[in-house]
Amino acid sequence: MLYRTAGQFKTSYQADQALFPVRQDAVLLAVILAFAWVIFPLTASEFTFQTLLIPILIYSLAALGLNLLTGYAGQLSLGTAAFMGVGAYACYKMVTLMPWLNPIVAILFSGVFSAGVGVAFGIPSLRIKGFYLAIATLAAQFFLVWLFEKWGWLYNYNASGAIQVPNLEIFGVYVAGPQASSIVQYFVVLGVVTLLTVVCINLTRGNLGRTWKATRDMDIAAELIGINLMRSKLTAFAVSSYVVGVAGALFVFMWRGAAEPNLFDIPLSFRILFIAIIGGLGSVLGNYLGAILIVGLPVLLNTLPEALGIPISSATVEHLNIMIVGSLIVFFLIIEPHGLARLWALIREKLIIWPFPH
Amino acid sequence: MMHGSDQSIWGSDERQGAVKDTEGYVTADGRQIGGVLMELRNITLRFGGVVAIKDISFDIREGEIRAIIGPNGAGKSSMLNIISGFYTPSEGELWYKGAKRPPMRPYEIARMGVARTFQNIALFEGMTVLDNVMTGRLTHMHAGIASQALWWGKARNEEIANREVVEKVIDFLEIQSIRKTPVGRLPYGLKKRVELARALAAEPSMLLLDEPMAGMNVEEKEDMSRFILDVNDEFGTTIVLIEHDMGVVMDLSDRVVVMDYGKKIGDGPPDEVRRNQDVIDAYLGVSH
Repeated sequence: MLYRTAGQFKTSYQADQALFPVRQDAVLLAVILAFAWVIFPLTASEFTFQTLLIPILIYSLAALGLNLLTGYAGQLSLGTAAFMGVGAYACYKMVTLMPWLNPIVAILFSGVFSAGVGVAFGIPSLRIKGFYLAIATLAAQFFLVWLFEKWGWLYNYNASGAIQVPNLEIFGVYVAGPQASSIVQYFVVLGVVTLLTVVCINLTRGNLGRTWKATRDMDIAAELIGINLMRSKLTAFAVSSYVVGVAGALFVFMWRGAAEPNLFDIPLSFRILFIAIIGGLGSVLGNYLGAILIVGLPVLLNTLPEALGIPISSATVEHLNIMIVGSLIVFFLIIEPHGLARLWALIREKLIIWPFPH
Repeated sequence: MMHGSDQSIWGSDERQGAVKDTEGYVTADGRQIGGVLMELRNITLRFGGVVAIKDISFDIREGEIRAIIGPNGAGKSSMLNIISGFYTPSEGELWYKGAKRPPMRPYEIARMGVARTFQNIALFEGMTVLDNVMTGRLTHMHAGIASQALWWGKARNEEIANREVVEKVIDFLEIQSIRKTPVGRLPYGLKKRVELARALAAEPSMLLLDEPMAGMNVEEKEDMSRFILDVNDEFGTTIVLIEHDMGVVMDLSDRVVVMDYGKKIGDGPPDEVRRNQDVIDAYLGVSH
């Protein structure tokens, strides 16, 4: 009833190709954006910003980047964390070498470096596919983390071997570093994530998106209808690594505040892959749903038993979290390989025709 | 009629290159066939020690329906794969639109106006019918990545203009009702039709059909035959066809190449080929 599309006629192809051909979707998105831009900033506590809102947005963006490559272009990658690291270190070098640089510009530009590195490590994809490509991207993972550790210039030869985010300001407001407030950082992250999400939606629904999907679904047919596979795969690596790199810069500059090389090790890659799989490969929305689940679940497990008065140790919570996330991944791989996004699509389909069965 | 003309099929943009010489012939049903569109000269294809195609020459003329037939393993699909650039011939030359074609990647050949369908359906299963047919327009879309990212300017105009072209193809093949359906959900016969739509959307100069009727019932074969004839008749598209159903081949095609064990054993109009003793021997067997 709420989702009825009857009576919404399209009279032009432009209207049919609009971002939200169904009016209710646009309304729903407006509500979500109102929450994100107005209601959360007005009501959220420091704790909510730091444990939920900011990390969910950053993880969503990283998963979105991975999803472009794996879900849309069909190229499996296990090097996401390393590409995030490239973004973070590039951003660090830029703001320390050029302190006058606007930090948001630095964050957006740091993705260019990870895009370059991504393309270089994407070259094997021209010859190998599937699991073998995943192993090749693992090489990127190991090599880059090693490089972050051994190449002193990257962390300005700090004795600790870590990078420390300096205080950075725009028009007198601190946006990064120890003095920055959570609400400012939240707005910066939200702005960047919103911008890149719009860009990714447009790319995936247009010509480039169809090129990627064709490459994913049947590469031989794709080449015979005029797709240059090399270009298609390498643009996927470039755009994906760009988004992942920006997510990496946000990860360190807007949330963690400092980073050691092992922060960008395999567990982070897997975490982002899990978000993309649980959320739904080949979907933009899914990354947000997946990130909400993966980031939100431990917080829920930590606070819920306490609120209900059930005594539970933090070690047990940790184990419970791992068990639940693990079983969710198995569940989704078997029951719904297209993830939470597909579940939402099914609910939406049902709502459109409700109360009739078909 | 637009036979031999340089006009575009769906009225969107120019078809690339025209055939220079105007000699041709008139078919049994009175259609004027134009000059040579593609000429294969002494094509040999070897896989290691196996000779799949041995010294074959024939031509394909503008506007005709050219069939390639032969028993299983005769090398028909290999021939089609050479034309579409999936295989590079070991020996021989391939002339297209009056120029010798150098070895190229298949996507470059597709951009020169050669489109094809596949023996085993090769659609993009994860995409809708509309998106699948839109991929056929890839070679006609040139907007840069920035324009696409913002969905503004050239990218948006192209998207709408090409959607209009695609809708004409969808109308032509009568698949309007399934345009938003994911291809994976469609039955076999419709998938074949969507594949034809994708190839047609490219506005090809030459359309290669690899067993378009395989696995179809009589009704579906009749539909498909009608579409093939309509495409050829209305847009003057040159069609190269591989098919096992002899009734269909003899009815549809203007000229037939017969292959057996990688060699050409017959070439000419259906009636002539039907009487060729080598062809009869190849199909019916011969007593030794």
